[in-house]
Amino acid sequence: MKSNVSLQTGKLVRGEKTGFIAEMKKNYLLYLLALPGIAVIFIFSYLPMGGIVIAFQDFNPIKGITGSEFVGLKNFSFFIESTDTLKVIANTLFLNTLFILCGTLGSVAIAIMFSELTGKGFKRVTQTLVTLPNFLSWTVIAMFSVSLLSTDTGMINQMLGLFGVEPISFYNEPGYWPWILVIMKIWQGAGFGSIVYLATITGINPDIYESASIDGASRWHKIRYITLPLLKSTIILMLLLAMGGIFYGDFGMIYALIGRNVALYPTTDVIDTYVYRALMDLGDMSMAAAVGFFQSLVGFILVVVVNSLAKKFSPESALF
Amino acid sequence: MVIKESWQDRTVKIAFYVLLTVFAIFCLFPFISVISSSLSTESSILKYGYSLWPREFSLDAYKLIFKDATIYRAYGVTIFVTVVGTALAMLVTCALAYPLSLRHLKYRNTINFYVYFTMLFHGGLVANYLLISKYLDMKDTIWVLIIPALVSPWNMFLMRNFFKSIDESLAESAKIDGANDIYILFRIILPISMPAIATVGLFYALAFWNKWFEAMLYISKEDLWPLQYLIMRIMSNTQFASELSSKVSLPNYVVPTLTTRLATTVVTIGPIIFLYPFLQKYFVKGLMVGAVKG
Repeated sequence: MKSNVSLQTGKLVRGEKTGFIAEMKKNYLLYLLALPGIAVIFIFSYLPMGGIVIAFQDFNPIKGITGSEFVGLKNFSFFIESTDTLKVIANTLFLNTLFILCGTLGSVAIAIMFSELTGKGFKRVTQTLVTLPNFLSWTVIAMFSVSLLSTDTGMINQMLGLFGVEPISFYNEPGYWPWILVIMKIWQGAGFGSIVYLATITGINPDIYESASIDGASRWHKIRYITLPLLKSTIILMLLLAMGGIFYGDFGMIYALIGRNVALYPTTDVIDTYVYRALMDLGDMSMAAAVGFFQSLVGFILVVVVNSLAKKFSPESALF
Repeated sequence: MVIKESWQDRTVKIAFYVLLTVFAIFCLFPFISVISSSLSTESSILKYGYSLWPREFSLDAYKLIFKDATIYRAYGVTIFVTVVGTALAMLVTCALAYPLSLRHLKYRNTINFYVYFTMLFHGGLVANYLLISKYLDMKDTIWVLIIPALVSPWNMFLMRNFFKSIDESLAESAKIDGANDIYILFRIILPISMPAIATVGLFYALAFWNKWFEAMLYISKEDLWPLQYLIMRIMSNTQFASELSSKVSLPNYVVPTLTTRLATTVVTIGPIIFLYPFLQKYFVKGLMVGAVKG
C-alpha cells in the first residue's frame, strides 16, 4: 500500500498524468527524433526474430516463409542427435569459458598495474600500444598469425630452431589452437578491456588508500584489500554481459583465423562457423536456423538466470 | 616530506613496470614483423622466414599492389562505407539516445527495453541472411554494409549515458526561450558533447572500417569488396599475386606472393595506426563517462 501512495504522490508532483495521445502531442519532436533508430532496430533486429519460424519448417526458399511446411521439432532432433554438433557445442563452451576467464583476468591485471604506476609518459605510450590491437580486424590479425606460426617461415618456428627444436606445423595441430586463440584474444582485447576497470578504479575515493597507508598497508595489501573488492561488482557485471554470449563463437575471429582448415576443426569449430557452413555449403536453412535459435534461446536463459543469481549475491552488479 | 617506500612496495612497482613493458612489446611485435617483412624481397622471406628487420629491402610488393586498380577500388569502398556509415550512424544514434536521456519522456523505459532486448536475443544468421538477401534485396549493394549497422545498442547506451550527465536545466532554459527539441539537440547538446561524439564516432568508424563478414555473405561483385575482405580473399587465393604480376616479364622474377599479402595488410592498417594516437585520449575519457551503469 505504502508504495502505491508514494507512487501516486510522485505522479502528482511531476504532473505526468498523460495518456498516449497527449504524450505524443506534447513530445512529438522527441519521438520523431527517436523514430529512425527505432525503425532500423525493428527491421534488422526484430524482423529476423520472426524468421525463427524457419527452424520449425522444412524451409523451401522458393515457397518462402509463408509457404513452407511445418515439421515441428524435426530440425532440432537432427541437430541434437548428430555427434558433430555435440563436439561443436563443447568447443564453443570451452573456448568461450577460456576467453572470458583469461580475458577478464588479463584486463583486471592490466588495469591494476596501470592504476598503480605514476610515470605519465610511460603510461601514455604503453596504454596506446596495448589498446591498439583492439582496432584491427581479425583478417589483419590472421595475417599476423601466419607470419608468426607458419611452419617454414614463421617467427616462432625460427626461434624454436635456434634452440634446436623441430618446427611445429601449427596449422595441422588442433591441440595447440585453444591456447593460441586465447593468447590472440588477450593480445587483441585485454588492453582495451582494461579501460572499464580502470574507470572504476579511478572512481575509488583516494581517502581510503590514504588512510590505509597511514595504517601501514603496503602497495600489495591495498590492491588485495581495497582495489580488488571494490572492483568486484564491475567484474561481475562484465562477466554477466559476457555470459549471454557464451553460446556464440566469435565468428569474425575464428573464421578469419581458421577459415576452412579442416585439420583444425576438432578443437576450433564452433556453433557459428558450423551454422555458416550449414547455410552456405549445404544450403540447409532450416537446420542452420534451428541451431541459431537454440543459441539465442540458451544465451537468453543464461543471462536471465545469471542475472537473478547476481541480484542475490551482489545486487549492485545485476543488469536488470 | 617524502615518505620512503618500503622495499616490497618498490618490488611490486618495478614488477608492474616490467610486466607492462613486456606486454606492450608483445602487442607491438606482430606489427613490426609484418611491416618489415612486407619491405623484404620475396626470396629472402622464403629462405629465412619472417623477420623483425628486412634482410633484403625491396618495395616490389607495394609497387605491384599500387599498380593495379584493385586496391584503390577496395580503398574507395572502405572509405565510402566508413565516412558515410559513421556520419549516418552518429546521426541516427544521437537522435535516438537524446530522447532516451530525458527523464520526462514517458515511454523512455519502454524504448530502452526495446533497444536493450536486442542485445539479449537475436534472430540468428539464417533469418538475417534471408531478410537481407531475399526480402530486402540488398545483395550486391554497398548499403548492405551500412544500413543494418546504423544503430549499435552498445554505442547508443554510451551516448545516452553521456547525454544523461548533462544538466537538464540547460535544455529546459532553452525551451523557455522558445527553442524546439531538434534545435536543442543539434545546437546546444551536441556541441558540448564532443568527447562522447569523438569516442562513439571512433567506435562506429572502426566497425565500418573493419567490416568484412557482411561483404563475404552478401557481396559477390569484386568492385564492391572492402579492404578487409580483399585481404581475406588474397589470403585464401594464391593466384592473386600472380594475376597482378602477369604483365611483368623479367627473367628470374619471383612472384611476390607472400609480400603482396603483407603489403596489402600494411596498407589496410596504415590509417588506423596514424590516426589512433590522436584519438586515443578522447575515447579513454569518453569511455570512462560512459562506463557508468544505467
